[in-house]
Amino acid sequence: MNEEPLLSVQGLEKHFPVTKGLLKRQVGAVRAVDGISFDVMKGETLGLVGESGCGKTTTGRLITRLIEPTGGTIVFEGNDISHMSQGRLRPLRRDVQMIFQDPYSSLNPRHTVGAIVGAPFRIQGIKTEQGTKKAVQEILELVGLNPEHYNRYPHEFSGGQRQRIGIARTLALKPKLIIADEPVSALDVSIQAQVVNLLEDLQSELDLTYVVIAHDLSVVRHISDRVAVMYLGKIVEIADRKGLYEAPMHPYTNALLSAVPIPDPKRRKERDRIRLQGDVPSPLNPPPACRFHTRCWKAQDICRQVEPPLLTLAPGHQAACHFPENAPSGSAAAAPQEPAAAPAD
Amino acid sequence: MSFLELKDLRIHFPTDDGLVKSVDGLSFSLERGRTLGIVGESGSGKSVTSLGILGLHKGGRARISGEIWLDGEELVGASQEHVRGLRGKKMAMIFQDPLSAMHPFYTVGEQIIEAYRIHNDVSKKVARKHAVDMLGRVGIPQPERRVDSYPHEFSGGMRQRAMIAMALSCDPELLIADEPTTALDVTVQAQILDLMRDLQRDFNAALIVITHDLGVVAELSDDILVMYGGKCVEYGTSEDIFERPEHPYTWGLLGSMPRLDREPTERLLPIKGSPPSLINVPSGCAFHPRCAFEERTAGRAKTEVPELLETEGGHLVRCHLTRERRRAIWENEIKPNLEAS
Repeated sequence: MNEEPLLSVQGLEKHFPVTKGLLKRQVGAVRAVDGISFDVMKGETLGLVGESGCGKTTTGRLITRLIEPTGGTIVFEGNDISHMSQGRLRPLRRDVQMIFQDPYSSLNPRHTVGAIVGAPFRIQGIKTEQGTKKAVQEILELVGLNPEHYNRYPHEFSGGQRQRIGIARTLALKPKLIIADEPVSALDVSIQAQVVNLLEDLQSELDLTYVVIAHDLSVVRHISDRVAVMYLGKIVEIADRKGLYEAPMHPYTNALLSAVPIPDPKRRKERDRIRLQGDVPSPLNPPPACRFHTRCWKAQDICRQVEPPLLTLAPGHQAACHFPENAPSGSAAAAPQEPAAAPAD
Repeated sequence: MSFLELKDLRIHFPTDDGLVKSVDGLSFSLERGRTLGIVGESGSGKSVTSLGILGLHKGGRARISGEIWLDGEELVGASQEHVRGLRGKKMAMIFQDPLSAMHPFYTVGEQIIEAYRIHNDVSKKVARKHAVDMLGRVGIPQPERRVDSYPHEFSGGMRQRAMIAMALSCDPELLIADEPTTALDVTVQAQILDLMRDLQRDFNAALIVITHDLGVVAELSDDILVMYGGKCVEYGTSEDIFERPEHPYTWGLLGSMPRLDREPTERLLPIKGSPPSLINVPSGCAFHPRCAFEERTAGRAKTEVPELLETEGGHLVRCHLTRERRRAIWENEIKPNLEAS
């Protein structure tokens, strides 16, 4: 496949300034996202995983241009949108939509479902053939809600149904790319599965492209074609689902996978676990060179001095580590090489 | 008699909209050194049960009936003062969100010292030494220094460790952990689960872990109780629940969950609908509107509340389907779908 990616992110950075005193002198910066690059192809699902503070949510907000990047480029369908003005962004907002985590705070409690799901039509000034109400009701039906609930308010719905309302609003203008930030983490287990299935059905029906941001590695594996693992503002590993979960190369990915509790009481004794010490360091003062070296059991001197570049170590599999695991021989990454130019596909 | 025994516990809250039956006839027992996992979705009554055991509904609007026996003492009928004396010393709780469960105005040390001195007649100095010991024991680095830190100066994982230290400071015999790792990142969650497992072995306490995460339950529990609509629907050892589950709700929970230890399945198998309101619990079996096998009970599920009956060796199930039928459904219809084709 040699087609153009739908979304291409190169060297994306977002540093939030930290100010002090009356004159708001800048004393530092939170490097929430610090130079990440990835492509998203049409029709695929990219999962973005990491622990709190790794910058995954900031990345989502940058792609939707809810905030402006401090560096790097975001190219959507061939147009550089990294520093576009709000006015010029408006038509683009039809194509890039977002699903939020909390179905309680992301819906206006004083608006009816009809007003919430119809808002995109109103804001974009779109007239539909049969009128907005009919269009909204069709979307409600598509996400599994009763179209007769058009005039109800969000508090009359359960958490899972509210998340469906949020998804309906996202779908109103038939977007091409949907950024879903923790779409199921606020829901009960049985409802999570319903929403995951709904997202998958909608993708095949409407030919959607997803970037799914989540901390739950099992949900991400279920839903994604490719997965990127973030740590302190950097992508440490990106690969297709099979490669990442079956042959993870970065020690951090390994540790994350090993930390997930397995619902099988027989397995708890026999599992060989990797236990990371401590917490994620503050992004205000990230460790130098490889940011994971403070918690990594394989760290050597080189990890504290030279930042490992994100290299393609196997087809479609990139990792940023001096001592990768599961890497095919010959791709010796111990000596830093040229950074990979474009992701292989 | 077991160390902890609940007999037909009912906790109902009268509200303007009707009577909320949060816990409706719950019985179980637990021995020292054992871990019971209580699993359920939001509104299933699992947290209300834990607060009920600790006597934290006393003096409120709750209507409590039934019996709670802790080490030969009945707690439902006991006075508030008496139960307060047991709290902290005999039984203690680890809450989900340590930031809101700890007082932001006092240092972590002061909060542990206060709790310790209520139950033990010792000087401040001795209590402080004890607090430092406890913090060290739960794996907080430099406990002599950190004992004077405020809760906000701790990271999420460290705060949860401090809370565990606080709960363990008076050497309680019953420890209740309500969603102890839900607010934590996965690598930190693994650390805390290890810590809880080690500490329970050292202290030989009875531990109740309340969670919605089947993975966490499988990591810690000896026995598991599945709650739905204020009632226990299935109870058994963790092998019973994960390898021979017999209740359709337990099947639904297992099917809803993507698993890392198995090949990915094409689709998840969710339970239809959403958890019931506890004011209008469905008639008959509370799960029948969401149950995929309801029609096989010939209408009984709609009208008759099923009994919690033993199927084999202490494995209890509340379902109208016969044992043979449930086993056949699990073997032929559920289990094959949980594994990737």
